[in-house]
Amino acid sequence: MAKTKGGTAVAKKKGMSFGQGIRHSWQLYVLLLPALIYLFVFDYMPLYGMQIAFKDFLPGLGFSGSPWVGLKHFKYFVTSPQFSVLIRNTLMLNVLRLVFCFPFPIFLALLLNEARNASFQKIIQNLTYAPHFISTVVLCGMIISFTSPSTGVINTLIQALGGQPIDFMGQESWFRPVYIISEIWKTTGWSSIIYLAALAGIDPSLHEAARVDGASRFKRIIHINIPGIAPTIIILLIMEVGKMMSLGFEKVYLLQNSLNLPVSEVISTYVYKTGLLGAKFSYTTSIDIFNSVINCILLLIVNKISSAVSETSLF
Amino acid sequence: MKEKTQPSKIRERGMERVFNWAINILLLFFGLIALYPLLFVLSASISDPTAVNSGKVLLFPKGFNLEGYKQILKNSWVLIGYRNSLFYAVVGTILNLVVTMMAGYALSRKDLYGKKLITLYMMFTMWFSGGMITKFIVVNNIGLYDKWYTLLVLGLVSMYNVIITRSFIAGSIPGELQESARIDGCDDFGTFFRIIVPLSKPVIAILSLYYGLGHWNSYFNALIYLKDKNKQPLQIFLREILVLNQAIDVNSDELESMIERARMAQSMKYGLIVVASLPMLIIYPFLQKFFVKGVMIGSVKG
Repeated sequence: MAKTKGGTAVAKKKGMSFGQGIRHSWQLYVLLLPALIYLFVFDYMPLYGMQIAFKDFLPGLGFSGSPWVGLKHFKYFVTSPQFSVLIRNTLMLNVLRLVFCFPFPIFLALLLNEARNASFQKIIQNLTYAPHFISTVVLCGMIISFTSPSTGVINTLIQALGGQPIDFMGQESWFRPVYIISEIWKTTGWSSIIYLAALAGIDPSLHEAARVDGASRFKRIIHINIPGIAPTIIILLIMEVGKMMSLGFEKVYLLQNSLNLPVSEVISTYVYKTGLLGAKFSYTTSIDIFNSVINCILLLIVNKISSAVSETSLF
Repeated sequence: MKEKTQPSKIRERGMERVFNWAINILLLFFGLIALYPLLFVLSASISDPTAVNSGKVLLFPKGFNLEGYKQILKNSWVLIGYRNSLFYAVVGTILNLVVTMMAGYALSRKDLYGKKLITLYMMFTMWFSGGMITKFIVVNNIGLYDKWYTLLVLGLVSMYNVIITRSFIAGSIPGELQESARIDGCDDFGTFFRIIVPLSKPVIAILSLYYGLGHWNSYFNALIYLKDKNKQPLQIFLREILVLNQAIDVNSDELESMIERARMAQSMKYGLIVVASLPMLIIYPFLQKFFVKGVMIGSVKG
């Protein structure tokens, strides 16, 4: 990244005492203040409040005043019948999402990079980005309308081809495929941008040299383009895994109904319903913590593996 | 030699053509799959509802009927939601711009005293956050639950966008300009308003689009922190109609039978999807390049 040359003539901060430093930067602190306060109230205060996972939270006593109960809530969660169901559903949905949604943008970017007609390329890009701008609510509304067994266009097509209509939203087994396919539709185009940027950064002389050596375009994709964007792929993969347990409340919650609940109840929807709607604050905060810990472990494992095999890592 | 290379060159050119065709066909396939659902919704929204429900509309509209749109315009909740969403999107985005630009500029300054600590303070929240429940308790305790400004305050700033702004200012506004402004007697505030803001139009465009889209499409905060129906954004009403299938108030004196009403509801749904997505889909082709630029700036490691 290009670093600014700004600040060269502006007083150097080295050698400044604390008082001088504050006086030097006070106007910048004023500019930062709203953002700092926002983070304090809406990120750090809730973080401080996480202690209620080890307490019995009573609204009248506040975060710090409520009595300690140790690991009671964690034990209750781990031994509850929901525990394995929630962990399984959350992991399944996210692993499937990762496995199926992750490769498509890479594939699309490689294809777009090969298109020789600039305006055709532009049109395809614009078309594939469009679903990104549809809201989650509208997307779920579309899914529900399209998959309706009586009037949905998908079932109309199935019947036209001689099949029996399928109640996609009413069957457990269809919840995950519907979720994943719609996710692919919404995210593929937009996610391809970052890979396109990475492809544009590949040194053209590599291609030139390979062409002279007689490498076909397909061979150049395999041996130049894919290795060229591999670091980007790995970084994004690690970040995806880092979000593994936390993503997707909105869409899962919207697609949930009583029929698909056995596979669609994930940690975040359970926390919302039990914690906020059912007012079990301490219990569900312990689930939140549990969730974050798993997340952290996953992130560290993937980061470790990737730095071992490819020398690319997040930290 | 010549006789040998020529046929292989021709074959190479033939291969090249096949390869190009294969690429283009695959790309077309991607494009059409992205486009089809959107086109279908548009067609269905202006078609005769009976044709839609019986599966006669597959791509192009059958018949012509704007009854669905008329019903949408008569539905007071949809109108209230639209009005509220416009308010949240416009006012919210202006507040976002002010806070994000100020923070982004301050962070772009190398001589900011305590920069490392402040950056850590900000980045930390991108990895660790307090969870849904404790945030709800905090919001409740400070009296922010169900107010007209709740959504504005809760979506005030995103750290991701602050980092984009910082990278932009650090990377594309020459330091010499800030320097000469200082020599001319500008303090930090003056530099910010007279130099940085006027030169930041590209990043302001990107931020407006990201924040605007975020406000327009978000429903999670409204779901959790708003109770009063009169304050709800459009997405909440869309959820009731599109996802929960709750009855839409269709004027019963105009539409006699239940069947007619159900028929109407379906065509209204497609119309509603169009109306709700319209603002974004209209501005999108013009501003697409800014969005892409935003992803690029954001992807550069700060």
